[in-house]
Amino acid sequence: MTAACACGGIAAVPASAAEARPDILIHLPTIHCAACIVTAERTLSAAPGVLSARVNMGLKRALVTTDGTASALDLCTRLEAAGLSAQPLDAATLGQGADHAGRDLLMRMGIAGFAMMNVMLLSVAVWSGAAESTRQLFHLISAAITVPAIAYSARPFFDAAWRSLKAGRLGMDVPISLAILLATAMSLAEIVTREGHVWFEAALSLTFFLLVGRYLDQSCRRAARSAAAELSALDVPTATRLGADGPETVPSGALVPGDRIRVLPGQRLPADGVIEEGETDLDRSAMTGETEPAAAAPGDEVRAGETNLTGALVVRVARAGQDTQLARLASLVAVAETARNRHASLADRAGAAYAPLVHLLAAASFAFWWAWGGDAWQALGIAIAVLIITCPCALGLAVPAVSVAASGRLFRAGLLVKSATALERLSEVDTIVFDKTGTLTTGTPAIAAAPGGTALSVARALAEGSDHPAARALARHARDRGAEPATVEARREVPGHGVAGIWGISTVRLGRASFTGAEEDGRSGMWLHIGGSEPERILLKEMLRSGAEDAVAALKANGYRVLMLSGDGALAVADTAQRLGIDEAEGGLSPEDKVARLEGLAAEGRRVLMVGDGLNDTAALAAAHASIAPGTGLDAARSAADVVLLTGSLLAVPEALRVAKAARARMAQNLWLAAGYNAIAIPVALVGLATPLLAALAMSTSSITVSLNALRLSR
Amino acid sequence: MNILAFLIPVSLILGGLGLLAFVWSLRAAQYEDLEGARHRILSDDHDDAPMR
Repeated sequence: MTAACACGGIAAVPASAAEARPDILIHLPTIHCAACIVTAERTLSAAPGVLSARVNMGLKRALVTTDGTASALDLCTRLEAAGLSAQPLDAATLGQGADHAGRDLLMRMGIAGFAMMNVMLLSVAVWSGAAESTRQLFHLISAAITVPAIAYSARPFFDAAWRSLKAGRLGMDVPISLAILLATAMSLAEIVTREGHVWFEAALSLTFFLLVGRYLDQSCRRAARSAAAELSALDVPTATRLGADGPETVPSGALVPGDRIRVLPGQRLPADGVIEEGETDLDRSAMTGETEPAAAAPGDEVRAGETNLTGALVVRVARAGQDTQLARLASLVAVAETARNRHASLADRAGAAYAPLVHLLAAASFAFWWAWGGDAWQALGIAIAVLIITCPCALGLAVPAVSVAASGRLFRAGLLVKSATALERLSEVDTIVFDKTGTLTTGTPAIAAAPGGTALSVARALAEGSDHPAARALARHARDRGAEPATVEARREVPGHGVAGIWGISTVRLGRASFTGAEEDGRSGMWLHIGGSEPERILLKEMLRSGAEDAVAALKANGYRVLMLSGDGALAVADTAQRLGIDEAEGGLSPEDKVARLEGLAAEGRRVLMVGDGLNDTAALAAAHASIAPGTGLDAARSAADVVLLTGSLLAVPEALRVAKAARARMAQNLWLAAGYNAIAIPVALVGLATPLLAALAMSTSSITVSLNALRLSR
Repeated sequence: MNILAFLIPVSLILGGLGLLAFVWSLRAAQYEDLEGARHRILSDDHDDAPMR
């Protein structure tokens, strides 16, 4: 309805729907068919305040243009009601607008492709024997197409070459630009003198193939970047502030010290502060790796990133936004991360070896032919032919084509490759270090041993009164055993301690040792106390993440050294390590200890892959040779990691290593293939027998071979 | 060879039309959501306006 009004041109609407930018982004993780698209778009368009809505299925995202009155949350509720799961995305995190760089490259590619095809047609006529005025006419037409096309399409190379020259480096873009410019200039001169070869189509096809490589490279990075940004945009942290006029929901970034906030059970603390009201248990595993929740009471300090488990809290904010310990630790990591950006990729190294060689060969052939033949013009022609033939057309495609194929394959396996050199670094790994809590284990406990019979029925009745993860595990355990809840009256939860109630005539308690009158012995668990009898222990164990055992076994079978470094207690670590078959495990480590262990391994000459999810792993993730973080981890961990695990199963880790190795091998193969074509063509060019036809053949066959070889990987 | 005077402009114009079509499709955001486009063709609603 509103959309129709807007189209009708009512003056109150500032811009027509076609001009307005989408201002609300909604993540639609489950859309997969035409019906989903139609449902989503109809639901959104029917909502009040919506001018237009468009689903982008590739990005799994709806772009909604509103008149400013619709709220993202309301739209999501409507979508949920229509049967589609939907979450609002933070438009500010994602960055607005379409992908301009990609579109720009695509346009240059289109122009270069068009010009190349037309000039190639004209050139075929010349090569097959057109002579005299026909030849001259074809050359003139070719020139008229080529010069503007090159001026527009090859701009990215010219700009990059200019930048690298100013920085005093000799990158790959310099010989590329030189070859394109010299070939064009030389051909123009040949038209005037009416002799020799004309290289227009060589210059154009060089531009075109290299643009294809650039585009692949760019689109691969963009896909990873946007998916990573989406992960961050999904959990926009909000907080409930207790203001002068009642509670209000504000973004966590808007909190200031002195604010009072309410944190309900199940919520993550949005800022550092001190508890004013309420008692609870806090899950600190994301910060320290400890699985055992810590009790907290008024006056205790709490930190951003901890999860409130059992009781509602009122917290007075002490530090918020960028000042929280979480944010400061995360920014430390961002600084450390730049060290890894120095990794020289295979393409860089190939380029560094190649660029001087190309210049040297061209210069040498010019010098030789000038000295020997005495004809500078002919010598220049041969030098340009050498430059064109050696120019790394296939070299520009060799690595990006493999990256695209491998990243696509990993994405289907549930892995998001974030960094450009991640594949190469993954392929070099020989040691794998796992974090425990949240990585190898899910962080939710299960029951290892519990009393049976009536005790279990009482325990179930008590456990159902709490949201504490251990209590929930116990309730699930009792339900599975078929124990009906006993009739427990006056049940109350004492946050931070346990649950108490009255069963028949006796008092019953479930919870910490101190709460039930038992002796604390340091092992994780809880106690059940019935009436006058001795408290009974209920032992907890950790639930392993799905595929953890198989993944560790597969890694060990493939000859990797597998270690576990955890911030949790030594007993819990030893237990998990034994269940998974990891021989080297260490517990009680601080984040600094973890980094020190990784540095120790690096000093032994090991290339370490770190897999971890918490803040205490973040520094280690950044320090390792390569790193993987589960998508369920903290934002800081995900942004420090090279690869994000989107599926729940750890089996994706050995798969990632396998694909990375295959990709690395394929890249090297491609570079050798490209070099092989050059090895055949360069001698021909050096002796002055190269023709534009030969150049065109060598360039297209090598580019196509390299692309097809890369594509084999995606199956 | 006079036929060339006729055929060359024709081929260039045809190629130019192709180029224009490409430029239009790029400007009209036809490449923004290739995944969705292959599903949309099955929907009964007429739909030819991708969002930029």
